[in-house]
Amino acid sequence: MSHNIYIYIFVMTAVTFLIRVLPLTLIRKKITNVTLRSFLYYVPYVTLAIMTFPAILEATGSMWSGLSALIVGVLLAYFGVSLFGVAVCSCVVVFIIELIIL
Amino acid sequence: MSENKIWYKKGLRDGIPIALGYFAVAFTLGIVAKKAGLSAFEAGLASALTNASAGGYAGFTLIAAGASYLEVAVTELIVNARYLLMSCALSQKLDPNTSLLHRILVAFDVTDEIFGISVSVTGTLNPFYNYGAMTTAIPGWALGTVFGVITGNILPASLVSALSVGLYGMFLAIIIPPAKKNKVIAGLILISMALSLAFAKLPYLSDISSGIRVIILTVAISLAAAVLFPVKEDGYES
Repeated sequence: MSHNIYIYIFVMTAVTFLIRVLPLTLIRKKITNVTLRSFLYYVPYVTLAIMTFPAILEATGSMWSGLSALIVGVLLAYFGVSLFGVAVCSCVVVFIIELIIL
Repeated sequence: MSENKIWYKKGLRDGIPIALGYFAVAFTLGIVAKKAGLSAFEAGLASALTNASAGGYAGFTLIAAGASYLEVAVTELIVNARYLLMSCALSQKLDPNTSLLHRILVAFDVTDEIFGISVSVTGTLNPFYNYGAMTTAIPGWALGTVFGVITGNILPASLVSALSVGLYGMFLAIIIPPAKKNKVIAGLILISMALSLAFAKLPYLSDISSGIRVIILTVAISLAAAVLFPVKEDGYES
């Protein structure tokens, strides 16, 4: 079955925009349901963790370079390096490791 | 009017470091888009319209897999669910009399970073501050994606391989610092990664597509955490 790329982009845009626009336009009071608030609070951490691992091991030319990027990325983020810094250093680590082992 | 102009300029300035970071990260998103078969224009358009890192990544991955439109819609909903809470918080930050048009325009670019600078403003949020930040941040994100698609072609495989982990590095930079201060989040990240690995490798479970895997695990783990470890007031501020 073939899909139209512009319908894909439209679906991505529409859903992403609705998520952002509905609370800002409709909800003017604070969410009081603790479970709902807590659920939404945990979602980004859980979903980004799931998307990062084990995918990071398969994204590069070798599992070992991906694993190195994961370890270095966690350490740098832990010690407060910026989003930009962590992203760039992860790339540099993979480049260097693959230069050595591949 | 002059006050709006001051806020716009302040937003422009604060948007510059965000735009630079976006450019590098979006570059790796462009590589993912290229792998998924998108042209530079299509990928740039998708980035300019969605302004979402994880959402863009998940969308392009699903497009590459030829997923259904419904699967894309549900995944975008799950992956971008955090924007729902950020928009809720921003609705409290705006003056209650802010017009519908301003609310819609501010909503267009609620990202982790722009949300971060918006809530850090003292007092009520002037929408023109967001417009300033969007003026620098959106082109940074869209052009980064475009350049990722274009140069992904001519770059050596070793460099593409290296740049492919940039997004994961960014995800780590978002989730690790809060985990340092919050043991529940730290535990959740470990459990999430362990279950994600199990779902990816174990028989039967590995038959589930990666898009559905993300949805099932995110809802199950986050809901369990919400019931077991309810968050007190304003817990979303990190």
